[in-house]
Amino acid sequence: MSNTLIVGPAETGLSSPDEGRASRRPRRRRKPAGKIALQCLAGAVVALVFLFPYVIMFIGSLKGRFDVLAVPPTFFPKAWHPDNYIKMWSASQTPLLANLTSTLVIATGATLLMLVACIPAAYYTARFRFFGRGAFLFLVVVTQMLQPTLLATGLFQEFGALGLIDTWLAMILINAAFNLTFAIWILHSFFASVPREINEAAQIDGAGNWTSLVRVNLPLVWPGIVTAVIYTFVASVSEFSASLVILTTDTNQTLPVALSKFVGQYDAAWQYLFGVSIVAIVPSVLLFMAIEKYLAGGLTAGSVK
Amino acid sequence: MTSTAEAMGTATRGSTVRVRKRPLRDAVRAAPWLLPAGLLIFGVVLFPAGYLVYDSTRTIGLAGVDQGSAGLGNYRQLWAGYELTHVLINSAIWVVVVVALTIVISLAIAQLLNNQFPGRRIVRMAVLVPWAASTVMTTLTFVYGLDPFYGVMNKLLVDLHILDEPYGFTKQPVPAFLTAIVVGIFVSLPFTTYTILAGLANVPKEVLEAAQVDGASSIRRYFSIVLPFLRNAIALATLINIINVFNSLPILQLLTGSIPGYSADTTTTLVFKILQGEHNIGVASALSVINFAIVLVVIALYLRIVRPTKRIED
Repeated sequence: MSNTLIVGPAETGLSSPDEGRASRRPRRRRKPAGKIALQCLAGAVVALVFLFPYVIMFIGSLKGRFDVLAVPPTFFPKAWHPDNYIKMWSASQTPLLANLTSTLVIATGATLLMLVACIPAAYYTARFRFFGRGAFLFLVVVTQMLQPTLLATGLFQEFGALGLIDTWLAMILINAAFNLTFAIWILHSFFASVPREINEAAQIDGAGNWTSLVRVNLPLVWPGIVTAVIYTFVASVSEFSASLVILTTDTNQTLPVALSKFVGQYDAAWQYLFGVSIVAIVPSVLLFMAIEKYLAGGLTAGSVK
Repeated sequence: MTSTAEAMGTATRGSTVRVRKRPLRDAVRAAPWLLPAGLLIFGVVLFPAGYLVYDSTRTIGLAGVDQGSAGLGNYRQLWAGYELTHVLINSAIWVVVVVALTIVISLAIAQLLNNQFPGRRIVRMAVLVPWAASTVMTTLTFVYGLDPFYGVMNKLLVDLHILDEPYGFTKQPVPAFLTAIVVGIFVSLPFTTYTILAGLANVPKEVLEAAQVDGASSIRRYFSIVLPFLRNAIALATLINIINVFNSLPILQLLTGSIPGYSADTTTTLVFKILQGEHNIGVASALSVINFAIVLVVIALYLRIVRPTKRIED
């Protein structure tokens, strides 16, 4: 696409994504203005396409009850209704406040459990070679291949047998388990980049492995931990398939499940559906922006190098 | 996947200490560190997978009570009652079209974002949004926007003279399925674009400049230098997309769910229809086992043909 835009002989059209930082900019050779204009235009089109559904969502969340279903529709509301953001919590279609609570409790629980499971495992596999290491890491890869959607029937049966259907605990366990792979991969690559000398020095000072992990390594790998935390949290907020079969009562259901049942109802109340979607999406997007540069790394774990 | 796991096991890195010769003692020492993660994987991933296989051979009543062995009865019932050939073809079309178009479009977007231009950071952030947003919420916006009566997207298409009058995108199986494909691509683009962008960072500039000095055209440079360097990134993005798209439930369920019959279903959405609509756990398990087998075969074939990741870590 942008390749056809390459015109000037001095321009390779390819540069490392990190190179735009202000400090480096003076070194770059001047590009033809026409080419930059075309790239800006293409960029604007891409941004518009990606944001379009969310713009509809946001404007829709500010429309009145009849406005949102008006035939023919209008892009902007006849009257703006910011009060939707207060009224939606008492919507008759589904208990949105309970749904939001459920979503947040499950996502927080899953994130904490993920940390307890992944930090020691990633640290140990990054620092030591031992019998069974390959087998363990293979299981971690297998987890990436098997998704809750694929296993939903089995999960339903298992948690049914355990009496955990319709509980937060079941969804905490499921979300923690299926985000393990991303977390272990990203943490593993961070722990592996801690210089060996630092760990050896800690050992000479008499630190055991746990002390070394907590005192020496954790402060060095915190960007990895933040990335794993945000990714697990946001993925847990979005999880749909397993929640759909496990969470059966409407007060326990997470937002994606509750909202999926809005559709087709007589009074669908799209304005509330959009309002609560915005409330869920804006923080998720801001969190993702914070870990943007590590995101691809966690799923590909350096294999693209 | 064995090769990647082995690769993880043999990579030598800066801070790794090689411990040898005492396998049992090693394993015992490692156990407390790996136990929480191992228990989660066993309890929530491997055990339900086994449960699924077992249930697929059992007769299970509507109330969930196991009524004894069914042999292959569930599989026969599945084959007889659900237009399975049609559903399997749908699955194949769904995965191939969504993944292929996602990769091609992502290559173009990544190429654009790899350039320096004012506002590039804003565009990168915009591309990130569908990744962070719940797929259910994104899809619902399309369900609303494409409604023939009150849909804003439908109106836009009419205003732009792409359509003469609003069109019922989600009312008939084929248009609904095609609409789902578009949404499927939309939500798969962010991850794929970011993966390819990470790959583009590793294309050596010197080689590109040398090719340019030698007079290679930009198109020639792209196909002869950039694409080969992107091989691993594309392979990995394809693999993860195949798994994600095959297992995608909400897009098709929300866009085609109101259509009667199974003509717009994939094997994944059919599992949930059988599980939730008919409460037939035996047949749902049998179809899940088939899905499981399909995923394994596709991944094995893919790894064999493409040999994507020699190293899973740096």
